[in-house]
Amino acid sequence: MALRAANLLAGNAENAPALEMTLTGGVFEFETDAVIALTGSDFGAGLPLWSAVEIPAGTLVRCGPTRTGARCYLAVRGGIAVPRTLASASTHVLTGLGGRVLRSGDVLPIGQEAVRKPRFSARAAPEYARAPLLRATAGPQADWFSGELYQAAYLVTEESNRMGLRLSGPPIPSPAGHMLTEGVALGAVQVPPGGQPIVLFVEHQTTGGYPKPANVISADFWRLGQLRPRDEVRFELIPLDRALALLREQEQWLYSLLS
Amino acid sequence: MADIRAASDRSLLVTFGEVITAESAAAVARLTHALEGLRGILNLHPAHVSVLVEFDPRLRRHAEIEALVRERLESGQSADAPAQPQRIVEIPVRYGGEFGPDLDEVARHAGLSPERVVDLHASARYLVHFLGFSPGFPYLGGLPPELATPRLAVPRNLAPAGSVAIGGSHAGIYPMDSPGGWRILGRTPMRLFDADASPPALLAMGDGVRFLPIAEGRF
Repeated sequence: MALRAANLLAGNAENAPALEMTLTGGVFEFETDAVIALTGSDFGAGLPLWSAVEIPAGTLVRCGPTRTGARCYLAVRGGIAVPRTLASASTHVLTGLGGRVLRSGDVLPIGQEAVRKPRFSARAAPEYARAPLLRATAGPQADWFSGELYQAAYLVTEESNRMGLRLSGPPIPSPAGHMLTEGVALGAVQVPPGGQPIVLFVEHQTTGGYPKPANVISADFWRLGQLRPRDEVRFELIPLDRALALLREQEQWLYSLLS
Repeated sequence: MADIRAASDRSLLVTFGEVITAESAAAVARLTHALEGLRGILNLHPAHVSVLVEFDPRLRRHAEIEALVRERLESGQSADAPAQPQRIVEIPVRYGGEFGPDLDEVARHAGLSPERVVDLHASARYLVHFLGFSPGFPYLGGLPPELATPRLAVPRNLAPAGSVAIGGSHAGIYPMDSPGGWRILGRTPMRLFDADASPPALLAMGDGVRFLPIAEGRF
């Protein structure tokens, strides 16, 4: 969500190539005048967040480390001109498909793909709660479980990565039923035999064999992206129509950035 | 007969029974092909007896996708998938040694000699049920039942690209370096996934596969 917002504020298509920073951030030198937008967590750049900002040539933008959640997004008006792999500018970090993590000294060309005027006034930003509530709908094996997931707080562990957020808390009894590997969706909450849940994240595998009591709702995906190790989370089960209503509200907020 | 349920607020899981049969495999393949490229459908995840249909919830609703799935299932029922694979892909494999660190353990588990395990593995005919786990990873049906071996209790951190392996009653090949808990019998020099190729995956659902043992010098 923050990535799409950064692009919309900078006057790009919402899926234009932009930068994602995790926890530590980076220092970016602009060789030309540019317009950027920073969204997501506050990485202490000293610039307004959730607004387009003019950056004169020669400026150093210093981001990080984070002061709030895990991720900050930097969009540049015009986009970043990088080659696409399988029709995507993203990098799958764990397999190296589509590129790699940026290193000191890399030079990134600014693209010419702006589609509208940038928006310079800061907007009310979503709240980055330290102990977020993750709303979820029933997963395909919800009837194998009896609601244990919703009764306790879970901690995000250090073993979490872009494939999955590994949680730690009271173990959830592992259902005896044997299951065949099946397709898995972003935000799926898997419970392996050990009973410690794993929430599938942006680089998740396409199929898996662990039962899934729940799936985090689309409107809360951004909260998953802002979780850091040792953050505490709770789950709340909501009906499907409520999940879809929350998603519509979020879409309306995103598109209000254009008006 | 298909069970259709919401898996999330943007996906439906369509399941054809609880055991792997020729009919369920054909139903999975038929439904996957029937839904490819439709507006608002973002991803299809075929598996042993199920297809996960992921859609854009801003464009499509669960009830609409469910109706679409039922309609495609009904209209596709007479058009049987071919009983024989249309294409057989031969995969050269160097078995054992440093390339197949689990060959001896699989042999012990089966009560066979390592040579017999290689014979059985290389003489079987396999069918690509689906690609899953990591890009281009084929789940292969057709493993001789004697060779079925449980996965490692603790997955290894690195299963090298090209590793030819057994996971439970299935065979598979790791297309790229990744963690993995399957038992590795050998390795192929063939490239199973290349993002710049079209299509990027060497194998596709419904392909036949055979393994050809190769000598060290040919790797």
